[in-house]
Amino acid sequence: MIQVDDVRKKFGDQEVLKGVTFEVKKGSISTLIGRSGAGKSLLLRHMIGLDEPDKGHIVIDGKDIVGMKTPELNKIRRRFGVLFQDGALFDSMSVSENVAFPLREHRGLPENEIQDVVMQKLDVVGLRRHTQKYPSEISGGMRKRVGLARALALDPDIVFFDEPTSGLDPITRGAIYRLIENTHVDGKITYFLVSHDISGVMAISDEIMMIHDGRIVACGTPDSFRTSSDQVVQQFLMGSPDGPISID
Amino acid sequence: MRLVNFIKSSIVGILDMAQELLSEIGLVLMFLGEFLYWAIRPPFRIQETFRQLDFVGTQSILLIVMTGAFTGMVSVLQGYNAMSRYGAESLVGAATALALARELGPVLTGLMVVGRVGSAMTAELGSMRNTQQIDALLSMAVAPVQYLVCPRIIAASIAMPFLSAIFAFSGMIGAYIMSVEYLHIDAGAFMSAVRDYVTSSDVTQGLIKAAAFGLILSLVACFKGFNAGGGARGVGVATTKSVVLSSVLILFSDYLMTAIMF
Repeated sequence: MIQVDDVRKKFGDQEVLKGVTFEVKKGSISTLIGRSGAGKSLLLRHMIGLDEPDKGHIVIDGKDIVGMKTPELNKIRRRFGVLFQDGALFDSMSVSENVAFPLREHRGLPENEIQDVVMQKLDVVGLRRHTQKYPSEISGGMRKRVGLARALALDPDIVFFDEPTSGLDPITRGAIYRLIENTHVDGKITYFLVSHDISGVMAISDEIMMIHDGRIVACGTPDSFRTSSDQVVQQFLMGSPDGPISID
Repeated sequence: MRLVNFIKSSIVGILDMAQELLSEIGLVLMFLGEFLYWAIRPPFRIQETFRQLDFVGTQSILLIVMTGAFTGMVSVLQGYNAMSRYGAESLVGAATALALARELGPVLTGLMVVGRVGSAMTAELGSMRNTQQIDALLSMAVAPVQYLVCPRIIAASIAMPFLSAIFAFSGMIGAYIMSVEYLHIDAGAFMSAVRDYVTSSDVTQGLIKAAAFGLILSLVACFKGFNAGGGARGVGVATTKSVVLSSVLILFSDYLMTAIMF
């Protein structure tokens, strides 16, 4: 389980996160939505330990990672995978080498076993035939799928997704969401997504949180969001420029 | 009054530049501390270090041979021009050999490698920073300094003395050809002067300088890449600053080491 408790972050005079608090249930698919620049990716960076908040706590399975020393934090990091916005694949490595990377770093398996796991993960994302290609030789959607295979390589307990469908066409977006659903083993793995793609996340999420003006303004199931009377939520769901959310 | 204001603003500008340079050097030294911390801890990235050795060393050889040869030839021409006024033409080989071994070899090799390798390191790491590849390493519990920086710095520090030696060697071949074939200096006199005047300590000093320059240029290149600003412009600015700072530090440290070892 992940608990984010009163997380605050300032850059100069600008406070971006103003006391963010929510909980992610173990084994769920939970999504943080909000408009561009609301602080979703920044909050995600804090949750994977890339940034530290000025105040607050981020507790992952009972351990507060804020202020944690790197060796201990790394033990927690080995239990999760991250799919970055553009995949963040290593340019100098092929598709199969990218997926093999965490296995080589942390598992100490013989090479033939590593290759078996790599092929299994690439099978899951449908890229078995592209093992020798380099990131520059595959499309954006394929890069995200390779990124997902790499995030799943160590069979993590938690996977974080940063805008998994940004920049993709509707069909490829659908394929990514299907992959997210198919790879999610109920109760065994926790998925936390950050996205502003409403239609996609409403279909797959167990729980949704909305961030606005540095705080969580709504939290609940997709149905509760659809029927919410909160004007901020409704404006965001409708995609309307008119309403309490300023377009500035 | 305008002249006074101009002088004042020029002085302030120079002081600002000096302060920025000192601040940069301080940050680079802190980065050196991080490198030293990770360099002695396993896992040691042997494969990656060899890959970098190939990039820094093997792939630079042709450039270094050409630069060395032309440098040797120019040194002989200029040296002959000066020494012939004192009837010391036969010493032009020795003078060129000393210059190549002690100064021109390490310094010019350093500057060429800055241009070829240093800029590439900064651009690559800056691009990795911008595309979240360094964040990906961190999220996979891999220390980016250990994985990316240590192999590059170790490889550059090892490769530079070899490259400097190759520079000096090809420089001497160019010098010999220019001296004997073009300036008609006696080949025997040329070689015996080199043998008489160039000692092992001259060669050693040059190799020590080359290793130090390798450390400096790769450290600066990796530091600038790691801290590159956003976008293509950020990477471009970082690359330019990396080349400038590395070149300045090589020349400055050359002066310091020469003064110490003189």
